[in-house]
Formats: sequence, C-alpha cells, structure tokens
Amino acid sequence: MIETVGPSAPALYRGMLLIRRFEERVFRLFLEGEIPGTLHQYQGQEAVAVGVCDVLRRDDWVTSTHRPHGHALAKGVSAREAMAELYGKRTGACKGKGGSMHLGGPAVGMLPAIAIVAGGASVVSGMGLAMKLRATDQVAVCFFGEGATNEGAFHESLNFSAVKDLPVVYVCENNLYGASTRYDLVSRVADVAERARAYGVPAEIVDGMDVLAVREAAVRAVATARAGGGPLVVECKTYRFTGHSRSDGRGYRTRQEEEEWASRDPLLVLRPHLDDATEERLEAEVKAELDDAVEFARSSPFPSPEEALEDVYA
Amino acid sequence: MSMPDAMPSTGVQTLPEAAAGSRRLTISEALREAIAEEMRRDPDVFLIGEDIGVEGGFGGAFGVYLGLVEEFGHGRIIDTPISEKAIAGAAIGAAVLGMRPIADMQYSDFLFECMDELVNQAAKLRYMSGGKLSVPMVMRAPVGATTRGAQHGQCPESYFAHVPGLKVVAPSDAYNAKGILKSAIRDNNPVLVFEHKMLYGSKGREAAGGFDLTCEVPLGDYVVPIGQAVVKRPGRDVTVVATHISLYRALAAAEELAGEGIDCEVIDPLTLQPLDGETIFGSVRRTGRLVIVHEDTLTGGWGAEVAARAADECLSYLEAPVKRVATLDVPMPCAPILENAVLPSTARVVAAVRQVMA
Repeated sequence: MIETVGPSAPALYRGMLLIRRFEERVFRLFLEGEIPGTLHQYQGQEAVAVGVCDVLRRDDWVTSTHRPHGHALAKGVSAREAMAELYGKRTGACKGKGGSMHLGGPAVGMLPAIAIVAGGASVVSGMGLAMKLRATDQVAVCFFGEGATNEGAFHESLNFSAVKDLPVVYVCENNLYGASTRYDLVSRVADVAERARAYGVPAEIVDGMDVLAVREAAVRAVATARAGGGPLVVECKTYRFTGHSRSDGRGYRTRQEEEEWASRDPLLVLRPHLDDATEERLEAEVKAELDDAVEFARSSPFPSPEEALEDVYA
Repeated sequence: MSMPDAMPSTGVQTLPEAAAGSRRLTISEALREAIAEEMRRDPDVFLIGEDIGVEGGFGGAFGVYLGLVEEFGHGRIIDTPISEKAIAGAAIGAAVLGMRPIADMQYSDFLFECMDELVNQAAKLRYMSGGKLSVPMVMRAPVGATTRGAQHGQCPESYFAHVPGLKVVAPSDAYNAKGILKSAIRDNNPVLVFEHKMLYGSKGREAAGGFDLTCEVPLGDYVVPIGQAVVKRPGRDVTVVATHISLYRALAAAEELAGEGIDCEVIDPLTLQPLDGETIFGSVRRTGRLVIVHEDTLTGGWGAEVAARAADECLSYLEAPVKRVATLDVPMPCAPILENAVLPSTARVVAAVRQVMA
C-alpha cells in the first residue's frame, strides 16, 4: 500500500512545482490570446492537491471544482492533455469539450471537474456507494472550497455518505474567500470542520500550506476510509495567490494579508527539505515538460466543427 | 420478443392477447416485474430512493416496490434520507463507475430539488469528458394531478425533454411500461421514466373514468425500444398524439367522434426525447391534421415542440392549424371542481378535433 511508503520531498516538490509553473505559463498564454475562455488558477493551494493525491491510487477517484488544474495534474492527467484541453484541441483531456472548468480524466480517476459549487459533493457519494456495493477498497475524494459549505448539496452529500458509511474523503480547501466574499461574512462558524462534526463525521484541520502536513492527514483519512471507517473531512487552511478568476483585481483583500500568506508559500515551506542541486534539476525537468506540453498543444489539430455533435449520448 | 418484430409496418401496436404465459397486470405490477427481472439478470442494477424498502412501510410512494426488499435485501434496495440531491447524486456517481442505478422520486414535483444533478451533471458529464465516460442511470418519477394541489400534481416531462444528454420516456400501459423500463435500465444514458399516478392500478381505474388499466403482459423477458412511438388506434382523418391519462381520453374522444364519422389516428409517442418523428409526422402527412394532448401546462410543453416540428417537417400537408389540448397555464389547483376546470378533458379533445375537421 502506498500509505506505508514515506513521503518523498523531491516528488512532492516536483508535483507542486509542475502545477505552479503550469499555471504561470497558462496565465501568460491566456493574456497573449493563445488560450480562450477563462481561468480559475490554483497558485498557493498546490500543497492540497499534491499532498492528497500522493496517497491515492490510480483507481481511486477525485471530484474537482471550477479551479481544477492542480487536481488534474496531481491525479495524473498529463501536462500535454491538460494544456491541449485549455487550447481547445482534439488531443485535450476532454477532446476540447470540457475546457478549463471541466478538466478531468476518467482513465486516471478524475471526474471531469464540476464547475457548479458543491456539485462534486453530490456525485462523490455515488462513487463511494458503488465502491461500497462492489466491496472494492477504492476511495472517492471530493475537493471543494469553503464556499461550497453553504450549498445544499454539500449537506445532503455529507449526511448521505455518513449514514451509509461510504469510503469518501471530503477535502476542503478553505482559502478564506468565495470569489470576493470573506467566509466570516457568510458563516458563523470559522471552521468547516465544525460543520462536518455536526453530521457525526470526523474532521481534521491541517495547515494547507505545508504539503507534508496535508499528506500526513490524507494518509490517516484515506486509510480510514479504505478500511470502511469513512466518511471523513480534512480541512486545509490555504490561500489562493491569484484572483478568483483572471479578471479579478483582488480589491477586497489587503496586500499585507497577501504578503503574509506568500511568506508561507507551499514551495518555500518544503524547500528546506531539498538541496540546491535537486531543486535546480526539478525546475529544469518541469520546464522541459511544460515546453513539450505547449508545443504539443500548439501543434495539435482543432476538433472539426462536426465533433460538437458527438458524445452527447452513449 | 422486441417491438420492431412484433409490430406491423404501419407502426400499429396491438397489445398482446391473452395467451399461455401472459396475464393481465397493472402498470405497478408490470414495473415491479421489470425491476425484479433486471435485478436478477444484472448484479449492477440497484434501487435507491425514499421509503422503498422499509419493513412495515409501503414500498415506495405508490407501492411499486412492495416485496422487492424481501428478495434483494437492503444492500440493493437502498433507502435514503429525504434528500433528493443525494439520491440523484448517488445514482450519477454510481453510474459513472459502471453500476446501473434505478433512482426513485416519490413525486415528479420533487425532481426540481435535484435539477442541478440531473441537468448539469447527469446530462453533461459524458459530453464534458469528451465521451470518455457514461451515466447509465434511470430516474423514475410519477406525474399527474390527483387532487393534491400545486406541488404534488405537475407533469414536468417537458423540462427534461429540453435537455440534450437526457432521454425521456412516458409509458401509459402495463405492456409498454415493463418493456420500456427494461430498455431504460439497459440504456447507457440517463433515462427519466415518467408514469402517471392515475394509471398505476385499480384505484386509478375508477378515478380515470372507468378505463381498464390492466393489460396482457407476457411472462419473461421482452423490451420495448426507446424512441419508437406506437399507433394505438389507426385512423384516416386526424392524428391525435397523447401520453399518459390523456392518451385514454384521446382514445375515448376517438370513439365518440367515430360516431360522427370522424376517424382519429391516436398515437402514443412513448418517448419524448428522442421523439419518433417518423411515426408521428408520417401519420400527419397522411391525415393532414394534428391535435396534441398532454397534462403538462400549455406554454412550452412538449406539445409545442411537436407542433413546431410539424410546421417544419410537414407544413404543406396540413389542412388545418395544429391544436394543443393541455392543462391551462395555472398552478394545479386542489379542489376537484377547479382541477377539472384546468385539466385536458375528453370533451376538450373532442372539441379540438371537431375544430380541425371543420
């Protein structure tokens, strides 16, 4: 079992670095007009996706949100397929039909991301139910933001998974803001964990900027769920370094707050666990991987217009 | 036995005659039989909903599931909290992983509680994934006015027929109910199965105005295909398309009009998405007249789609304007006298046919 293998700092760092550089690259390509649509970016939250997915198996499933690039890369969607999807190319993870907000890859256990807030929560229960009915030892993980906890779907899902003892791990990325709205303005309780406990679901709060801490919590939660002790909630306190979407000037939060969180950048937090040579090697590897991904996306064919009519029905 | 073989080329469907190995069943009994047979056939089929397997309970809101938990146990007859988003989400997630859930809504009015799951997720996950997954699930939902008022009497089929990615079926007799539910369970897409409460069984027979709602159903396995309409009564003069209890009213109207020398062809579309245009508009091209009857409200109901397609596909054949007979555009009132005032009655069907024949 993967959980018994200790954490590999270089592997975790590489996973987070790939997401960080992917997002930076994508943002530039978007401004240059190469990538259409809109973007919700993941910089700052990398420790959550990487720390959790590091303890998952390929046949475990994750659901994601409108901010899915990090989850996709961490769960094993290739940088090539992810980039090509953002370019709207036929070779993309979803053949150009999903785009940024529906990135996913069933072959690696990632549902196309559901961009309706808390939408993934409804579906994750069903995945957990199938796993339980078939008596597999898979686990289903739901990534969601603190904003999703004011949606009915979150509460119905959590309660359903609880009363049916489903192997589901709910991973909250509490980045303090739902779009521009501070969580303390929309919830009397500061911790999502407290809401989870109201349903009889064990919940743990963890420093979401520390990938080793996230991974440790994920090891516990996933092992418990795999052994039939689910569901559980892991609340990761984190911060998105960018705006909500690409047009957000972040006027609703202070530069001081941003600097405080930037000083706890998950890459900086893990950096002392690496030597300089390793760090340089990983930067070079990630750069090469992304150069290749962009080249792949650029040179891939667009879908033909007729393909818009395919894949509606099985 | 599958319907394409059983039906003459005209599309006229004659329900099976009494024979060795058939018996008369109500729709409830036929649906129960379909579910039990499919659950025996395929271990991935399971049932999920509120009050469906509780010991000492009532086997779902209309008793369709009575006896199933005794055979299949709580592992496959899964009772849920009163939590429609959870029910729909559970069905979708399990279907994505390859199971074949049959989800139950006690009343179709409650589907609005899980519109997001059905419309944004069940219908679109396959497309959003670029065809890399499918959502083979069934959602059963009873429709129709039964003096329960505005929130337990709607016919919401049209909302769902509007959504690419969903299939919508609406059986009206026991033979087709059993066969098309089996098709829905075996289909690799999300299929909504709408049944009318007044057609479930003996209690409904009286309320439905004395129509015999049982019919011969063969023992053993057969399917009725999705997407194929059936001609319930062949005729020359006017095509009448109707579902559910409105179908029986249309048939009663046809009998009455036959006395006046007006020969109605009555068609049960059976599937609303995808609609069988070949049967329906083929008939309209022959008769030159079209009346559509449904218990959904008029504006934006599925009858509007049929009328629009008739204008598009066979306008030059039409000898009269297309008429729709539907529930008037109000929330369903509760008092019987008010409910009757807005429902599409046999008399209104007769009047509409006379109008297009005038």
